[in-house]
Order: sequence, then structure tokens, then C-alpha cells
Amino acid sequence: MPERPEKSTIEIRHVSKVFGSGENAVIALDDVSLDIRENEFFTLLGPSGCGKTTLLRLIAGFSYPTEGEIKLYGQDIAPLPPYKRPVNTVFQSYALFPHMSVGENIAFGLEMLGRPKSAIRTRVEEMLALVRMEHLRDRKTAQISGGQQQRVALARALAPQPKVLLLDEPLSALDYKLRKDMQIELKRLQHETGITFIFVTHDQEEALTMSDRLAVMSSGRILQIGNPRQIYDRPAERFVADFIGETNFLTAEVTGLANGKAEVALPGGAKIHALLTEDRELNGAVSVVVRPEHAEIVSNANGADLKGRLANIVYFGTDTLYHVVLETGETFIVRRQNSRKSVDEFSEGTAVGIILADGSAQILRD
Amino acid sequence: MGTASEIARRIEAKDIRDRWLLSAPALIIIALCAIGPLTIVFVYSFLTPGDYGDVVWKFSPDAWISVLFQRDIFDGTWSFADAHLSIFWRSVWLSLMTTLLTLVLGFPTAYFIATRPERTREIWLFLITIPFWTNLLIRTFAIQEVIRNEGIVNALLTGTGITDRPIQMLYTDFAILLGLAYVYFPLMVLPLYASMEKIDFRLVEAGYDLYANRWKVLRRIIIPLAKPGIVAGSILVFIPSLGAYVTPRVLGGGVKLMLGNFIELQFGQGRNWPLGASLSMTLLAIVLAALFMYIHFTARRGGNTHG
Repeated sequence: MPERPEKSTIEIRHVSKVFGSGENAVIALDDVSLDIRENEFFTLLGPSGCGKTTLLRLIAGFSYPTEGEIKLYGQDIAPLPPYKRPVNTVFQSYALFPHMSVGENIAFGLEMLGRPKSAIRTRVEEMLALVRMEHLRDRKTAQISGGQQQRVALARALAPQPKVLLLDEPLSALDYKLRKDMQIELKRLQHETGITFIFVTHDQEEALTMSDRLAVMSSGRILQIGNPRQIYDRPAERFVADFIGETNFLTAEVTGLANGKAEVALPGGAKIHALLTEDRELNGAVSVVVRPEHAEIVSNANGADLKGRLANIVYFGTDTLYHVVLETGETFIVRRQNSRKSVDEFSEGTAVGIILADGSAQILRD
Repeated sequence: MGTASEIARRIEAKDIRDRWLLSAPALIIIALCAIGPLTIVFVYSFLTPGDYGDVVWKFSPDAWISVLFQRDIFDGTWSFADAHLSIFWRSVWLSLMTTLLTLVLGFPTAYFIATRPERTREIWLFLITIPFWTNLLIRTFAIQEVIRNEGIVNALLTGTGITDRPIQMLYTDFAILLGLAYVYFPLMVLPLYASMEKIDFRLVEAGYDLYANRWKVLRRIIIPLAKPGIVAGSILVFIPSLGAYVTPRVLGGGVKLMLGNFIELQFGQGRNWPLGASLSMTLLAIVLAALFMYIHFTARRGGNTHG
């Protein structure tokens, strides 16, 4: 066995989940394997219906895998009922008990574990302090705001000191500002408690800012696992590039291969070097992707990699997006950061050129 | 000067007038159909029985004394009426048992329906309410047919050799209990279902997630959340059971009387309308006591649920 640099908290081995049977069978998870390390903030990212919540529910124990193993510190927990797993969940709907006060909600898990009363009381106070809710202990859960309910849900799930905390899109119901605060709060809680967090979201920005590592999922499969930088800068396939951030796709012609790079001819005729994400035979037409912020827009089209007409300028506050329609009819987006010096040197409808930064172009698996 | 407050006062006066007008039909119906007849019953309970039924307009407290005591027909002395008390007791006891039985059977039934997919729930509810559309008397005779000595249950028992003689079920308290539970079962299931349907079953998952097993989830989460339905269902079953007439008449065979039958007896063969009236008022008092307990019970919790 090769030595692993870090200990795995959760090992998911060839897990499949099929709902229904016969003709109506839906494959929610298709042979998923994954390692989640100790004390990691791990995110499952994907569009709705990709299987991320199904995977989370399998780890929590609310449903059982059709095939495969789920190991928690080496022990196969897949057949265990949820109340026998040292794993707690923060639900998307929070699922706070409406007939109990904030304090009773937080105490619930500890009571079920049969902890002594005095220990429960101390722990509840600790948890209330951790999420800064000391003053609301005796309130009913219907009497507090959405953000406060969110904190109670967190405190309730953290109180029994689970080995793993599962978070099912917990921030999706909050407004933008509160969501930003809670993102920081979650990172702080994870840091302070040292518990492994598995976070499910469809919000790519949330995934990138919060995760130590993330897995991008689609149609029941994991497409890529890596840290945010790897996922963003080196997407493994077209879906990942498209789902995370904005991306330009260009059809290009391969003209040569040399040490991990391909020389490709762009639509306008210019030749650039593009990175290859995998070794494979390349010939003919390929998809080349370039992030909008890795391209530069110039007014002088001579010598530019791409030429086109500026169709649209979208002002975003911190950035401006330039939509350029290339000669082939494809739209290419260039993102440029606004500075105090920048002036509107471009106007819609004029001819512009685009220069691609070195190493910005990649050839992806479709 | 003062115009604003004057307008406000005028609007308020109109509001009050409108409110009275709008509630007038309800008030008239209540006065005609509830308060009026009840007043007559109340007045009759203080009169003297006529020889052939009806009443003689002469004040007498005898009817009220007769609720718990009986007069010796020879020397006219009063003695405690054990028979009356046993009828009261049977009524209350059978009603309590009916409530308990329907609750024990209705709770899992309502839970089952509430956890079905939305489309099939209506079918289940429909099935539960079907017997309700059949005439009460016919349903009661149907039960009689099932449990009588030559009935299907006894035929099965003797046929398979479990017993060598039919078991006497008809004309017993058991028969009345069975009949009442059968008749009032939907009245328990429907309010239970109404409160369970509102339960967010993700709370059950949250319970499991927080180390509660099935039993603890039931006790700590489902039952507390279904409490309004439990209370409403119990009231809805207990009150009509207490005053039941047809079921104990048919299944108790006139041997095992409940309050309803006893009251009927006074207006019929007994020819003692005032006693019938005072017994009716007593029944009403028991029902009101049960209702006040219910209000007291829910008012204490009410403050919590309306956040």
C-alpha cells in the first residue's frame, strides 16, 4: 500500500445509487470514489440533480447506497442507521424543532446520546457562545430570524462533536450580505472546532472561496477533484470550465505538438500554444478555452490573436466585460479590472483585437 | 378641529354596525336552535311530570334530586341510586375507552396516510370516510351481524375449533365499545391527519441525525407536533360517545344502558320528562367540563405555537 500523506476521514469507494427500478430507474450516483481528509473543508459542487445531495444523504445515512462502501476512519458505515453514525447534518431548511426552544434544540443530540444533564448544560452554553447566540437561548425557533436559525442549526449539529459535519446548501436561503458573513463564520467554526466539513452547494463562487478542496459533479459522476485554484485554472473538462466561472470556447485547428503543448491555429489565422490537460492523439478541430480575465482587449487589431467587433460593454463595478463578436460569429468575452485611471477608450460597434496571455489557452476534453 | 378623530369615530361606529349585521344570521340561528331549546329543557327540568308524559306547570326539584337519588314508591324516602351512577360511570368509562382505542388505532393510521405521496393520500382519506356516508343504524346492525353468536366471528372461532361454544359478545360493554370505536374512528383520524400533514418530515430526519432512534423520534418529535390533532380528535370522539344513543341501544340490547338511552327512557316509557331534562342538562355539564379542560389545555400551549 502506498503511504498517504494525510489521513482520510471519509473514504467513498465505488458508490452507486439507483432510485426506482426497471424502466423508471434513475442513476443518481454512478461509481463515485472519493477521499475526504481530516479537518478538511470539502465541497461537493454541481448543478441541481448532479447527485451531490444524494451523496451527502448517503454519508448521513438517510438512504443507503445501491453499491459500494462508505468508510469513516476505516469502518464501513454504509449499513448503519443515521443515529448510529458520528456524523451530523445542517439541513438546507435548517429543520429546527418548532416545539423546542433554541437551547433545547442544541441540547437534543446530547440528550439522545445520554450525556449527563450538567455536561449538556455546559455544552449548550459553549455552543451558544460559539455561534454568538447566548441571549436567545429561551426563544422559540419561530421567533428568530433566518440568519439566527442558521446559527442554531449549526450549533445543534456541532454540539455532539461529530467526526464529520455535513452541510446541505445551508446558505442558500440567506440574502447576499448575510451569506457573505456566514461564509466567513463557517470557515471560523471549522477552524475552531477542527471538524471535517462536507459542504454541498451549487454556487461556484461559494465553493471556490470556502473550500480546501472541492469535487465538481455532474450527472451522478465526479468530474474533477482539486483545490479551488486547480479547479479554476486547470479544469479537466469542458463541463468544469463552463460551470466554474466564465469561459470562452474557441474552435481551433491543431497544427503541431511539442512538450505538453499543442500549436493551434485560431479562427482568425493566428497561431498560439495551448496547454493539454491529458495525453491523447490530437488532430483536426479541438475546443480551446480561455478565461475572460486572461485576455486583453486592444484597439489596434494588427498583430492581435483574435479580431472582432465590440458588441457590448457591461459594467460590473469592479470589472468591465467586453463582448466581442469574432469574425467566425462566436462571442468572446474579455474581463478587465477597472481602475481609477481607466477611461472608456472603447465604444460599442468598433473593431477591436484580443491578445491572449501566455499559457492561458487550454485544450479540454469535451 | 377634531375632524380626524370624528371621522375615525364615525368609521369605528360603522365598523361595529357592520360587524353586528354580518354576524346577525349566525346569532339568530344560535338563538333559535341552541339557546331557545336549551332554555325549554332547563325549565322543564324544574317541573312536575304529567301522568301521560309531558309536564305539569308546577315547580319541583325532584327531577334534579332524581339524577343521583331515587324515591321509595311506598314510604317516599330518598335513597342513593346505584343504577343511575353505574349508567353515568359506564358512559364516561366507555367514552374514555373509545377515545383511547380510536387514538391507539388512529395514530398509526393517520401517520401512514400523512407519509404517503400527496396523490394517494386523498384516496386513503376517502376510504376512511366512506363508512361515514352510510346510515349509522345500518352500520351498527352490520356490527351486530358480525359479532352475534351466529355471526361471522363466532362461526370462524367455532369452525376452526379455537372455541367449542360461541363467545357472547353482543349485548356486552365490549360490543358497545367496538361499535363506538368503529363509528367515531374517522373523527379521530381526520384531525390527527390534519396536524400530521403539517409536520415537516425533515424534522424526523433531523431527529435521526441527532442520535434519536425510532421510538425517541416518535416520542420527542412526532407526538409533540401532532398534539393539537390528538387533543381535537379526543374531544371529537369523547363528546359524542358520551351521548351516544343508537350504538348502545343496538349493541347493548337495552341491557347495558348509556346516558343517551337513559334519557330516552325518561321521555318514553318512563314518562318522566323533567328527569329526562335534568339528565340532559347533567350530560351537557359533563361535556362542558370536558371542553373547558380542553380549552385550558390548549390555551396553555397556545402562547407558544403562535410565535
